[in-house]
Amino acid sequence: MIGGLFIYNHKGEVLISRVYRDDIGRHAVDAFRVNVIHARQQVRSPVTNIARTSFFHVKRSNIWLAAVTKQNVNAAMVFEFLYKMCDVMAAYFGKISEENIKNNFVLIYELLDEILDFGYPQNSETGALKTFITQQGIKGQTKEEQSQITSQVTGQIGWRREGIKYRRNELFLDVLESVNLLMSPQGQVLSAHVSGRVVMKSYLSGMPECKFGMNDKIVIDKAGKGGVTDDVAKSTTGKQSIAIDDCTFNQCVRLSKFDSERSISFIPPDGEYELMRYRTTKDIILPFRVIPLVREVGRTKLEVKVVIKSNFKPSLLAQKIEVRIPTPLNTSGVQVICMKGKAKYKASENAIVWKIKRMAGMKESQISAEIELLPTNDKKKWARPPISMNFEVPFAPSGLKVRYLKVFESKLNYSDHDVIKWVRYIGRSGIYETRC
Amino acid sequence: MTDSKYFTTNKKGEIFELKAELNNEKKEKRKEAVKKVIAAMTVGKDVSSLFPDVVNCMQTDNLELKKLVYLYLMNYAKSQPDMAIMAVNSFVKDCEDPNPLIRALAVRTMGCIRVDKITEYLCEPLRKCLKDEDPYVRKTAAVCVAKLHDINAQMVEDQGFLDSLRDLIADSNPMVVANAVAALSEISESHPNSNLLDLNPQNINKLLTALNECTEWGQIFILDCLSNYNPKDEREAQSICERVTPRLSHANSAVVLSAVKVLMKFLELLPKESDYYNTLLKKLSPPLVTLLSGEPEVQYVALRNINLIVQKRPEILKQEIKVFFVKYNDPIYVKLEKLDIMIRLASQANIAQVLAELKEYATEVDVDFVRKAVRAIGRCAIKVEQSAERCVSTLLDLIQTKVNYVVQEAIVVIRDIFRKYPNKYESIIATLCENLDSLDEPDARAAMIWIVGEYAERIDNADELLESFLEGFHDESTQVQLTLLTAIVKLFLKKPSETQELVQQVLSLATQDSDNPDLRDRGYIYWRLLSTDPVTAKEVVLSEKPLISEETDLIEPTLLDELICHIGSLASVYHKPPNAFVEGSHGIHRKHLPIQHGSIDTGESPVSTGPAAPIEPAQSVIPSQGDLLGDLLNLDLGPPVNVPQVSSMQMGAVDLLGGGLDSLLGGDLGGGVGGSPAVGQNFIPSSVPNTFAPSPTPAALSSGLNDLFELSTGMAVTTGGYVAPKTVWLPAVKAKGLEISGTFSRRQGQMYMDMTFTNKALQHMTDFAIQFNKNSFGVIPTTPLPIHTPLMPSQSIDVSLPLNTIGPVMKMDPLNNLQVTSNVHRMVPWSVLGKSRRADLQRPISQSHTVSGKLQNDNIYTIAKRNVEGQDMLYQSLKLTNGIWILAELRIQPGNPNYTLSLKCRAPEVSQYVYQVYDSVLKN
Repeated sequence: MIGGLFIYNHKGEVLISRVYRDDIGRHAVDAFRVNVIHARQQVRSPVTNIARTSFFHVKRSNIWLAAVTKQNVNAAMVFEFLYKMCDVMAAYFGKISEENIKNNFVLIYELLDEILDFGYPQNSETGALKTFITQQGIKGQTKEEQSQITSQVTGQIGWRREGIKYRRNELFLDVLESVNLLMSPQGQVLSAHVSGRVVMKSYLSGMPECKFGMNDKIVIDKAGKGGVTDDVAKSTTGKQSIAIDDCTFNQCVRLSKFDSERSISFIPPDGEYELMRYRTTKDIILPFRVIPLVREVGRTKLEVKVVIKSNFKPSLLAQKIEVRIPTPLNTSGVQVICMKGKAKYKASENAIVWKIKRMAGMKESQISAEIELLPTNDKKKWARPPISMNFEVPFAPSGLKVRYLKVFESKLNYSDHDVIKWVRYIGRSGIYETRC
Repeated sequence: MTDSKYFTTNKKGEIFELKAELNNEKKEKRKEAVKKVIAAMTVGKDVSSLFPDVVNCMQTDNLELKKLVYLYLMNYAKSQPDMAIMAVNSFVKDCEDPNPLIRALAVRTMGCIRVDKITEYLCEPLRKCLKDEDPYVRKTAAVCVAKLHDINAQMVEDQGFLDSLRDLIADSNPMVVANAVAALSEISESHPNSNLLDLNPQNINKLLTALNECTEWGQIFILDCLSNYNPKDEREAQSICERVTPRLSHANSAVVLSAVKVLMKFLELLPKESDYYNTLLKKLSPPLVTLLSGEPEVQYVALRNINLIVQKRPEILKQEIKVFFVKYNDPIYVKLEKLDIMIRLASQANIAQVLAELKEYATEVDVDFVRKAVRAIGRCAIKVEQSAERCVSTLLDLIQTKVNYVVQEAIVVIRDIFRKYPNKYESIIATLCENLDSLDEPDARAAMIWIVGEYAERIDNADELLESFLEGFHDESTQVQLTLLTAIVKLFLKKPSETQELVQQVLSLATQDSDNPDLRDRGYIYWRLLSTDPVTAKEVVLSEKPLISEETDLIEPTLLDELICHIGSLASVYHKPPNAFVEGSHGIHRKHLPIQHGSIDTGESPVSTGPAAPIEPAQSVIPSQGDLLGDLLNLDLGPPVNVPQVSSMQMGAVDLLGGGLDSLLGGDLGGGVGGSPAVGQNFIPSSVPNTFAPSPTPAALSSGLNDLFELSTGMAVTTGGYVAPKTVWLPAVKAKGLEISGTFSRRQGQMYMDMTFTNKALQHMTDFAIQFNKNSFGVIPTTPLPIHTPLMPSQSIDVSLPLNTIGPVMKMDPLNNLQVTSNVHRMVPWSVLGKSRRADLQRPISQSHTVSGKLQNDNIYTIAKRNVEGQDMLYQSLKLTNGIWILAELRIQPGNPNYTLSLKCRAPEVSQYVYQVYDSVLKN
């Protein structure tokens, strides 16, 4: 199991050092600093073995988090734990920075004592932790409160406490998708997939039981075969369903129920959390198409022309569009002409950055540039990195639709209809590249 | 108020000031001071001298302060054991506190104070906490048992804490169960044989129930524990799998990977043709792909594991190659791993796409990545024949870029392509030669030299080219020197007229001016060959080379199986068994994949029990066929397999070569160049009637072999060989009352099938006859079945049937399957050998010479022996009647009843049976 956990600043100074196991000595702290943080070359692996001691590290801005062990631990678990640790710290004091860590070092030690026991991760849900790790001490608690805390920390529903009350029961659903594309210069899709997340903010009283439904092909097909004719089935007739390659769920979702009935039911944590992640590869709506044309005119000049076409309903507007056209290292000057938006050559980034604030569907726009090159005697040809794109569109490129989110709370007297629900779809570019 | 100021105090006399503050009257001041002490401790200052003052602050209602003091205690208690006793009272008191959080805190901290004197005092509080009414305290106490065990294992056992821990597996609270499982798993690792966890179907059921309810971390502990369980049959395996599969949708990648581990292990037990088996395979692929959309570090762990899974069960991800395409922004460690998996998944169906990708990668910036991409193109050419032409032209394009490391890497892979497709792409040699001057890496130089030597007859100026390398001969690496030597000898044999001077030059350089024994020996061999018998030299040096294999860099199968048992763990990331990087873990037993019980082709009951080792032909441990000879001729048989045994085997063979060289060369040169056992077959009368069931052989027959290897000939006749005891081939229930049991033996060089026929029916039986179907070894009876009298009920008769091996040969599956028909019954398949499926034997073998003597009685000859790291390594050879040669490496550790057997053979199918023979011979 995890033998120790260290947090360093960018210089390699130790900010937090907590050792759980006897086999990890003080020298381990220095070994990591010398061999990884101060290492000459780039980090070649997130797992490093130094003198039979294994170091797992993740970096958050300038901060290094390292877990150390001498045993054959579950490596995936160690990384998941480090991510979780970052989440917990962020939930307590915001951004993970040197200053924040120094300011909260007592709290961090307290957290580390709680969520890692002898190197075994324990309950690390912030919802539960915040009930008893408060930095205020726990003087005023009654016996009931204490046992409520412990039963929550160890209980089956460790992510939600009892007795939550809201005057207005409200929930917000965000379907956030990032669409990834790799396209050949000829416009052939080399790979495309959408990785989506359903993020939920719930402000619900009591211990509500929720059921989430979407236009999952398997569910719809099953419902169609069974001859179900309720309003839900009707509203989703046609080819509206999508094929989900795979999905993963927050730990609140009953996985065995999903496995057997493919229904998503859960008791939600309070506040904001990620309900599920999913991945689709079929019938993806690619919001933009990039058509590049690069021509080398002699040895000192390049002509680049890039056309972008928006491919969605004309009534919708895409925002924050940015096209990044890489330029060779020996570029000496660039002239750009674009039909829409603003374009600039950024020498420090070796790219022409073309920005468009808004663009409606079924439109197209074009940029052309002349790139002057310094003559070099470098034999190696320019690698021509792909043209990448960023954007945001108000729909889900996978075609996912939320069909329902039902809330049942039998003990309190509010019904599904009393809950105010909001749904929003945002599609963003992930790695959206076209080779040129 | 912020805490960062505590980090900044840095003046002199700091400790003194802190001491004063710690004894301040005001609570607030004391708390501040403790914080300062902890900050100082964090940055590595020694504040142990404040021990008594800090411990004084322990008696407080303030939980925050208490936690800080405990943190200090955990750090320094060991250095101040006497004073640490002061804290005991406080712990004992806290364990009685009405607040469960305080009770848990006390029990948690207690276990972290590693002072022997204290631990005794902690037993009583711990015992209470293990039975606490509050689950939070119980789950903390469960981990505390593991802590205590780490300090004083004996005490934990004596105090009965292990039993209490086992009781917690049935706890009503899932988190308590999970922590108890984690603690027990850790403790049982140091007691490999104790069966601490007592995994029985009932407990497994409890774990599976808790699995649905506990935290994500708890799920990981439980899944990792489940993976150590061996279900008793396929039904149980399937039902566990059914309850584990939902975990594949968990958001935590470690839960997913641990679930994959359980499923991968239990898949071994499911019948391959069942629907469930195939459904399960299909279910495994999407979650693995999803892991690649996680954070880069998790992606890396996932990719390292996928690399193993793809080798074990390529069918799972064969459709998913696209997800392994490299993204421009991937961290380099992700890129390299993806590339590795891409090559493994490359097939005729997707080769066009893969090649297009690889070509892109070859223009990237990172040198390692580019090199690997170039190498990958070469591997594609070798793997998918249809793509070879395209690969070659891609490689030529890359050579035209003149980027130094790309060119060198390309030349190395082109050499391999030439090996795979001889006489197909020689037209490009001219282009390669243009780049001769830019090659500065030994690999690339050696590859180029090999190409020139191999195709010397087509290159007009081959002699000039090779001569140019000769100038700096002594500055070259050994690899280049050896290759150059061979290449010039080849050249000489092809164009003897013009190159005599050159060859003499290189021979004298190699034999007279070099200190390298390998080089010298090789030089002498060539020299003698050339001077004694040029025709033979030609035969030897220019002989046809064995083809190189398509798959390279494969992990050796037994290691792969072991790593599959460690999916998700560090071992799977390093691709090394845990004992390679964990200290003091030599006693830990290695994990094995479970084995499907009961074989389908026989009605016999399974013999194997317990965690039996998988029987996989471990061919790759020993260099592939003809490698010893190949090495001499400087054939590169693909990238070296990076398993330590390889080099040791080569070493052993070299010793052999050195010792026996003179006598060998003095004798029949036509026999071969070295003592390579593969060549040795010329010395052995081909009629050595050794068979799969070895038995005594007249010494005269094997004397040639014995002389050669200076074995004592007496050994073979003094004691009889091993004859397997009779086993029931045909149970009475299957054959209407006739039971046949039997074995094979050898007497005076004649092979016999000894059988006992027993009539268990109520009628008598007559008219026995026997017929052998075509089998792998051409075994047929020489006389009819000598049973002439009726067999009365409950009577039995012993028969010995002489056999020979001149019958028609047909390869059977399994190899040793022999089908016999008798007229009393329909065709009855039975296997020649028992069905024992163990490679790890439990018989104490202390001295290797007893082993070799024993084996020699059974016609398994030891040809070399050496001692590596206290282990005896025996190299042995045996031959089957149908001319199949088998080389074996037997590794014996004194005092360890187990031994490791690695085999090399042209017919890998037989290796399984050889394992069995060794097993039964050595056990007897």
